[in-house]
Parts: sequence; C-alpha cells; structure tokens
Amino acid sequence: MNFDLTDDLKALQETARKFGREVMRPKAAHYDETGHFPKEIIQQAWELGLINMTIPQANGGIELSHLAQAVVAEELAWGCSGMATSMIANDLALLPIVLAGTPEQKEKFLRPFTEKFLLASFGLTEPGAGSDVAGMRCTARREGDHYVLNGQKQWITNGEYADQYSIFCTTDPAKKHKGIMCLVVQGRPKGFTVGKHENKMGQRASNTVTLTFEDVKVPVENRIGQEGEGFLIAMNTLDNSRPLTAMFAVGNARAAMEHAIDYAKQRQQFGKPIADFQGIQFLIADMAAETHAARLLTYQSAWMLDAGQRNTLVSSYAKRFAADMAMKATTDAVQIFGGYGYSKEYPVEKLMRDAKLIQIYEGTSQVQRLVIARELLKGS
Amino acid sequence: MPIKILVTAKRVEDYESKIKVNAQGTGIVQEGLKYKINPFDEIGVEEALRLVAKHGGGEVVVVSIGTKDVHEQLRHALAMGATKAIWVNHTGPLDQMTVAGCLQKLIEKEKPHLAILGKQSIDDDQNQVGQYLAEWLGWSQATFASKEESLESEAEKTKQPALKLAADLSTITVVREVDGGLETVECTMPCVVTTDLRLNQPRYASLPGIMKAKSKPIEEHTPASLGVDGASKIAVTKMELPPARKAGIKVPDVAALVDKLKTEAKAL
Repeated sequence: MNFDLTDDLKALQETARKFGREVMRPKAAHYDETGHFPKEIIQQAWELGLINMTIPQANGGIELSHLAQAVVAEELAWGCSGMATSMIANDLALLPIVLAGTPEQKEKFLRPFTEKFLLASFGLTEPGAGSDVAGMRCTARREGDHYVLNGQKQWITNGEYADQYSIFCTTDPAKKHKGIMCLVVQGRPKGFTVGKHENKMGQRASNTVTLTFEDVKVPVENRIGQEGEGFLIAMNTLDNSRPLTAMFAVGNARAAMEHAIDYAKQRQQFGKPIADFQGIQFLIADMAAETHAARLLTYQSAWMLDAGQRNTLVSSYAKRFAADMAMKATTDAVQIFGGYGYSKEYPVEKLMRDAKLIQIYEGTSQVQRLVIARELLKGS
Repeated sequence: MPIKILVTAKRVEDYESKIKVNAQGTGIVQEGLKYKINPFDEIGVEEALRLVAKHGGGEVVVVSIGTKDVHEQLRHALAMGATKAIWVNHTGPLDQMTVAGCLQKLIEKEKPHLAILGKQSIDDDQNQVGQYLAEWLGWSQATFASKEESLESEAEKTKQPALKLAADLSTITVVREVDGGLETVECTMPCVVTTDLRLNQPRYASLPGIMKAKSKPIEEHTPASLGVDGASKIAVTKMELPPARKAGIKVPDVAALVDKLKTEAKAL
C-alpha cells in the first residue's frame, strides 16, 4: 500500500493547481455574481487538457486514470466548483460513449472533442424523475432508421452551450428501467429547444437549463448500447463520475479551510487573534481531518475503478461523506468569519452556497445512503 | 531553417516557500520545502519553444545539474515542449564555474545555435553562469533579455518570441533591461542569452504534454564524465537571515517628518 502520489500525478496536480489559482479563482466572484457562462476559461482548460480527460488514447484523448482525474478535479473545484462542474460536465456526457459505444461511435462522437473546443451535456434527470431515474417519461419511438424523441430534461449542465448531448430516454415508460436507452443528439435538430438558464443559489458559473424535445429525429446509429441498456449505462457512468463529484466537495472544503485559517490568524478579538481560541481551533481541526478523510476515501473509490473493481459502495461512501463534509466545513468557515463571512465581500459564503449543490446533484446524499444500505443489506 | 537551442532548468526552492536557516547556520531547512524550476530558466524554456515554433521547427535541449530530484524540473520543461533532457548527476554544493564548465562541455557536444539561460537563479542570485559560459565558449552574450511589448500585448498573447533571430541565423537582436530602461543590441551568433523577468509569460505544462514527457529521453552525465572538476571552489561558512525590519512610526505632520529626516535619519 502506498499513499504517495506518483511524479506524474504531482505534475498533473501542479498544472491544475496553477490553473485553479491563476485563472479560475480571480474570476470566480465575477461569474458567481453575474451567473454568466465562463466559456473562455473552459476553453483555456480545454487547451491544457483539463477537460475531456476520459477520452481514450485510441480516439485522440489522454485517457487519464480515474485517480488522476480525481486529483485534477480537486484543484479545479478549489478554483471554483461552479466552473469545475461545467468543465467536468463534458467528461460526464462523454462517459456513456466511452463505456458503451462501438469503435465507430467512439471515433465519431469522441474524437471531435480532442480536435476542437466543444461542449457536451448529460441528460438524465427530468422534471418528474430526479432520484427516481426509472420513472423517466422522455420517450423515443422507432420509425425506420431513426428514433422520434419526445419529452423534457431538467437541470442539464451546459445545455445552452453544448454541441452534443447524451440523452437518456425510454421506449416505453411502463417498462421502467428496462425500457431506457441512451441517444446521442448532435447540434440543434428540428423540434429541440433549450430553456432559460436557471437562476441558482450556488455554482452559478455553471450553466443549467431545461431541454425540450418535440418529435426530434435521431438516427438509430446514435444509440449507445441496445434498447433497454440505458439504465445500466447511466449507472455505470455515475459510478465512474462519482469520485469526481466527491472531489469537488474536497476542493471546495479545502478552499474554505484555507480561508478560515488565514482569517483566524489575522482577525483580532479580545486582544489576540481568534486562532488562539480553542472554540475556533476545534472547528479548523475538524475541517482539516474531515477534508483529508474525504480525500482518501475518494482516492480509494477512484483507485478501485483503475484496478477494474466495482466501486459502487465505496464511491457512494465517498460522495455521501465528502458532500456532507463540505457543507459542514463551509458553514463553519462562515461561522469563523462571523458577520464578514455572511457578506459577499468575503469568499466563504459562496463556498457554502456552492457546497449545497454537491449534496444534491449526481445522487443526493440520501440516495447515496440508499445505495450504501442496499449494497450492505442485499443477499442472504 | 530548423534551430537547436540549449536551455537550463535549475531546481530551486519555490518562491512562495518560507525559507528558514537551520540551527547550525550551515544551510536552510529543506524539510517541507517545495521545489520548482528556476522562474528565469522557465522563461528561457518558453522563449526557446517560441523561437523553434517561429523558425519552422527544431530542437530544445534542457539541462539540469543535481541529484535525481532534478528530473522533476527536467520533466516540467519536457512537458512544456522541450525535445530532450540532459541530467548532469551531481550530489553536493556546486559553484558557478562548475555549472558553466558542464554547460560548456555539453554545448560543444550538442552544438546548439543558441543557449538561453535564466539571468540568475532565485536561490542564491549569483548572476554569473551565462557570462562565464559565453566567455569560455568565445560566443557573444546578451544578458537581461526583455522586450518592449508588455505582457498584456497582442504579441505576448499570440506567443511571439521577443528575441529576433535573422532568417539565416547569423545574428540575434535582443532588447536588454538596463538601469536606465531598455537597450537593443545585435549579436553575432552563436550567442548566450540570459533572460529577465519581463521577457515572456511561460506556458503551463499541459496534461497531454505531461503524459508525452514520460516517453522523452533523459540523457545522463556527471561533471567527471564531461571532464569538469565537480568540487566546489566556494565554501559556505555561515548562513543567516537578514535582520527583521523594525516597525515604522507615524509622524503628525510634514514639519515633524522633515525634522526626523534631518535629526534621526540624517537623510537631509
């Protein structure tokens, strides 16, 4: 067993850290305030290979290990978890193709992302189907050599700007999870409309919209896997991306902790820095211990994927623990800053708003608990 | 015309690290310190990559001297885009003449058109190696290379080299930072250039670059194998931090300030 990052991982971390510090963080407050889309920053990330990390080398990508992706994800989220969400959205959207696409589909739907700055969206959630994925009602009816897609997708990251979409839909809602499949939608075919950008509480730099499909024709060759395999593809995708989401929480919490330490050392009350008070020290000590624990748990969940092991249980531990931990750490950071922490003039209230979303998206903290319990209680 | 450029990548303490002198006063506390490529060397690597890109390709050979730890800095330069690395394996203190001697031998072997070095390294700020090297090689030299355009200029954004090489590689024009401002010199090639801070903004090592760097060669030498005496001719007798700055004072008005400048500071 070895807990050291290899030299390669350290080098990747160094680039991601520098990008987080020099490019993302100076603009984080601006994009949080305006809710504008940081397209130039994501393009810079693309130029450095900080997005599309999952594309296989055979298709022109760099095919980073899951552990390496996790290391990078922490640094991006440290820079701004809203921007990081929009950056990693590409990997999330491309994963179904990486995991279940044919060689021809991989070449067609992945390679362009290595040659040009393009964005992709993952479309699973619907207005009436959040945690209950199998309850989806977006349907695809086969007509000759194409499907006709009808329905709505909700909370779709980068949906307004994406060039390609991985859309999960069903041949028949009555079939529940056995009816689901994944279709790749390119560009803006007739009948496809994008709703307005959601005015969110946190992670405001990430673009979030509703997608509506009205008799949208999608060629049959754009189907990833078979009809009925979509649920499994979606779950595999989420098993793969869960360590990255957990790492967003780690990066966010580390940022909060660093701000809290700096502030506690310089803020004077009762004639001394507040860092001298045990009440403050205990909050910081908990943040540090829990951030580190979440990081190691998440590293393990990523390492399991690299080792070819099923990581559902451990990645749910990681996502559950890290997301709840970040919520607590950022709330405590605001507490340490006191009144200043509640002000937008200081950086920690943003981190607290951003953390909340990590408890919700890509499987709520409650869904993670359900997955954990199901894994532990199944059989015998 | 393809060009070949030799650059350096010294391993130095990260400028953001807090440096402490050890209890014996013989050196700095190395535990917990982070190391980086010397920022001036990194600027040299960047400039070399830009020149190669502008002149239709070529080679950038990066050199570092030290223990195997310097591979980290060599890999960084390779990840930025350098073609090949040379590691001069050496443990213990080094003086400027040994460094310049090793570089001289490597240049005689590699035969680059140009050498670009940091003007100095940020650990002991000697600013000597480039000058020794040019003298011993009999090459022209241009130290403190800078440029007229700002780091926000279009030329910088499009990654244009600031050093101007003649198409036939016979001369190089260098804008130097001097006390009074900027000075432009034209040098006969081959030439040793040392970089100043405002020459360029070095690129990031991209993730694909980092992955590619793993398969690029690192050639190994020692000072002895190059025929250079590796024993340092400089002995550090004692190291200490500069005295801490005393707190300033506030004066009520200009008259009091003038008085203090006259009587206490004796500056007027």
